[in-house]
Amino acid sequence: MDDLLREFLTETSESLDTVDNQLVRFEQDPNNARILDNIFRLVHTIKGTCGFLGLPRLEALAHAAETLMGKFRDGMPVTGEAVTLILNSIDRIKEILAGLEATQAEPDGTDQDLIVELHQTVERGMQAMAAAPVQPAIEQGTLVPQVLERRLRPGEVSLDELEHAFRATASEVAPPPAPKAAKPAAKKAFAEPETSDADRVANQSIRVNVDTLEHLMTMVSELVLTRNQLLEISRRNEDTEFKVPLQRLSNVTAELQEGVMKTRMQPIGNAWQKLPRIVRDLSGELGKQIELEMHGADTELDRQVLDLIKDPLTHMVRNSADHGLETPAERLAAGKSEQGTIRLSAYHEGGHIIICIADNGRGMNTERIKAKALANGLVSEAELEKMTEAQIHKFIFAPGFSTAAAVTSVSGRGVGMDVVRTNIDQIGGTIDVKSVAGEGSSVTVKIPLTLAIVSALIVEAGGDRFAIPQLAVVELVRARANSEHRIERIKDTAVLRLRNKLLPLMHLKKLLKIGDGTSTDPENGFIVVTQVGSQTFGIVVDGVFHTEEIVVKPMSTKLRHIEMFSGSTILGDGAVIMIIDPNGIAKALGTSVAVSHEIADENAAMRAGAAEQLTSLLVFRAGSEQPKAVPLGLVTRLEEIATDKIELSNGRYMVQYRDRLMPLVQMNGVSVGASDTQPILVFADDGRSMGLVVDEIIDIVEERLDIEVAGTSDGILGSAVIKGQATEVIDVGHFLPMAFADWFSRKEMRPSLSAQSVLLVDDSAFFRNMLAPVLKAAGYRVRVAPSAQEGLLALRSGQAFDVVLTDIEMPDMDGFEFAETIRADQHLSAMPIIALSSMVSPAAIERGRLAGFHDYVAKFDRPGLIAALKEQTAEISRVAA
Amino acid sequence: MTSTTVQVLEGAVSEYVTAVIGGQLFGLPISRVQDVFMPERLTRVPLSPGEIAGVLNLRGRIVTVVDMRARLGLPKNDAGRPPMAIGVDLRGESYGLLIDQIGEVLKLADDGREDNPVNLDPRMARLAGGVHRLEGQLMVVLDVDRVLEIMPDMPAAA
Repeated sequence: MDDLLREFLTETSESLDTVDNQLVRFEQDPNNARILDNIFRLVHTIKGTCGFLGLPRLEALAHAAETLMGKFRDGMPVTGEAVTLILNSIDRIKEILAGLEATQAEPDGTDQDLIVELHQTVERGMQAMAAAPVQPAIEQGTLVPQVLERRLRPGEVSLDELEHAFRATASEVAPPPAPKAAKPAAKKAFAEPETSDADRVANQSIRVNVDTLEHLMTMVSELVLTRNQLLEISRRNEDTEFKVPLQRLSNVTAELQEGVMKTRMQPIGNAWQKLPRIVRDLSGELGKQIELEMHGADTELDRQVLDLIKDPLTHMVRNSADHGLETPAERLAAGKSEQGTIRLSAYHEGGHIIICIADNGRGMNTERIKAKALANGLVSEAELEKMTEAQIHKFIFAPGFSTAAAVTSVSGRGVGMDVVRTNIDQIGGTIDVKSVAGEGSSVTVKIPLTLAIVSALIVEAGGDRFAIPQLAVVELVRARANSEHRIERIKDTAVLRLRNKLLPLMHLKKLLKIGDGTSTDPENGFIVVTQVGSQTFGIVVDGVFHTEEIVVKPMSTKLRHIEMFSGSTILGDGAVIMIIDPNGIAKALGTSVAVSHEIADENAAMRAGAAEQLTSLLVFRAGSEQPKAVPLGLVTRLEEIATDKIELSNGRYMVQYRDRLMPLVQMNGVSVGASDTQPILVFADDGRSMGLVVDEIIDIVEERLDIEVAGTSDGILGSAVIKGQATEVIDVGHFLPMAFADWFSRKEMRPSLSAQSVLLVDDSAFFRNMLAPVLKAAGYRVRVAPSAQEGLLALRSGQAFDVVLTDIEMPDMDGFEFAETIRADQHLSAMPIIALSSMVSPAAIERGRLAGFHDYVAKFDRPGLIAALKEQTAEISRVAA
Repeated sequence: MTSTTVQVLEGAVSEYVTAVIGGQLFGLPISRVQDVFMPERLTRVPLSPGEIAGVLNLRGRIVTVVDMRARLGLPKNDAGRPPMAIGVDLRGESYGLLIDQIGEVLKLADDGREDNPVNLDPRMARLAGGVHRLEGQLMVVLDVDRVLEIMPDMPAAA
């Protein structure tokens, strides 16, 4: 039997079992898009392979079933009958496969009954949907000419004609069955395959379960650990008789380890075997001249990885042939040789294998990708504006994305690149696409050599250890309050300024919700700079230990839904620890990594984020049962100070803190010394610190800060509902001068300069109340406006302002619009405008510059704000002088 | 479940490994019990459902440990006695069920098993596959499959 056929049978029977399971789940939960996607992909793969093997019956049936499922994906309601129909089709496919296995040829017979029914179901569904506005994409899906993967045999009708016939005729008239070319093989009734289970081809090749190999691998790892322990003991006991046998054991162990590793390695050429034939068939079908170059076929990689990249590779080669390369005529017109080339190469780089699929075709059509992304609702027009070409190209990895104008059997149903990404993601690889219009495009896949043993960095967070795959780690940075690498906070977002790039930071503790809240040191910490795709970010951890070769074990099914972990491992000391999944962290970061990952989800999250801004709040108790809160960004540190360290000096409480005396301020009703330790909130600014004494630190929460009632007592800004509880938000500005009367005024005051006036526009009362005193203390005259409209009124009222300070996120008119309006006003166009924002992405800053902002300052960055103000107003004085 | 008559062959007996959880005696079918061990070096799993106590290394295998008290809706154990764990397998994965105290193995006639009393606490009833009346106390039969039907919490991360 043909090797290809044998492999096809083995693979297909596995796929079909999965489809069966999935379909049952699908029937129970018809709205689960993920299950549907899975089934769709499996059937798609079956169909695709049938085409290459010349199995027209199977292909036609799978194609019809796929069409129906494609409609489900587009939103056609799922009915019980439709699912039954698909199940019947799958059963039929199984019957044909059984016949195929027995006779090595498709059994005779016709599937027109099922195919007709499938088409009718599609029709009915479309009619049902017709009342609702139909997406153009759907229409496209049904009406475009369908291309069979082979030339029609005499007497056969084209799919298009069939489709038209179905549309035109009343539903019960079955078109004549497509006659079959007679097969030389013996006839077998497909319904009762006589083959006994024993000699099925699917059972002839032994597939060693990955678990078995993994188990072997684990045992070897354990052996290595034990050997290491023994060696350690023998080193301590000189001259023991164990020395020599131990040495032998050690050598054997090392060889065993190497051997087991080797059993899993296979040359990548194994995954390429099918490709030349596929390309040859494709070139005939598409009428293109295609040459396939293969380099580095002997590059070895783990068998498990190999299995997972086989399908993606096939898809990508097909894509290159179908979408990438032009027809000979087009190539000649573009001044290229008639023959297009697809170049496949593989090589090792570090612990990775790099596979590159490149073609010298027309390159990707950026405009079409844009249009399609918009039509699919993946991005908004405004977001597209900000994207680079490379970012736009990455949309091809989104589910259901295909720019092929025609749906053909070769490709173009929007499954291919989706499958590719899913498979590559699964094995912790990355995929990147490059394209130059007219020159060609290339897809580069970077995957780990093996999944069994990876090098990982062992870190600590919240008292627990975690492993971060070394492959994702770019560098380690130790952040200190006074060094050049400093953790800064922009509202509730921590960032690191690293070589003039702002790196978003995530506290691992917070991410995993294991933070105890008391030891968060916002300025110090170890930062694991991590890269996922083109996204770089920092993971803040409490400690870094060492790197270790770890044996990856899959997570229990009960824990697999936790996206932050990709697995677990047993360390040398016997402890189990979790392996962090950098992809999961990038996802939690919720930024533009979207392009390469779950585009739709991410965008929804981003939109939700824009609508509801969250502020990190520190919730504590002081003086009363009612909780109080302060934005975490204002707090420099949280400390617990032993009560006996608190001294009373000159009627005020002081504490020696970092070699200096720090004054403590009590909130009303807080008694110092009630317990052994006293929690305090430390506020620091320009080398001076003060401690606010509280009773108890409760939690750090992320909430939308909505201050509802104006404060009734000093030091309280108002109340907000935090975690369902009325909470008083304290006014830090009230307490700071209690420690140092000149807190706000000592340095920025410049009496020589005539006071300059600032217009502060912010819709949040909290920030107006927070910033106005700061600005006043710095020597500015301040006028506040609660909205952009009122800001404009103030500006146009004739009052002279030297600088405008505005929030970005405001209802009705946002900061960008506000700035643009000011720029457009001829009387005001020279007015310096500074943006205050919590959005710090480079794109936002760029957007700000375009809108006409002179500077862009993070909301809680008080020194930064004063500096920006000084700079802008100094500019004015210079111009005036 | 709710079936009222249990058809059993004359004289059929089942063996149960008994365990005390929150003062109540439970029995696990011995065929499902792999081993009984002292959980050591339990690693908590952040973001996991509350019923998962953590994971640990048992002779090279990673065992997911289920806190039976949490699973049954009982308060945390504050007796100070270290808990024990009963090892069970489900579809090739190893689990450990945290219990307060391990008891003896009982051989009980199947026709002595009665349905769950209707007023049994719903959280316990969900996991129980009937009760046996022993001398002086009741033994609730734990249905291991249902015990391990742990639904993931809603992902808490933003």
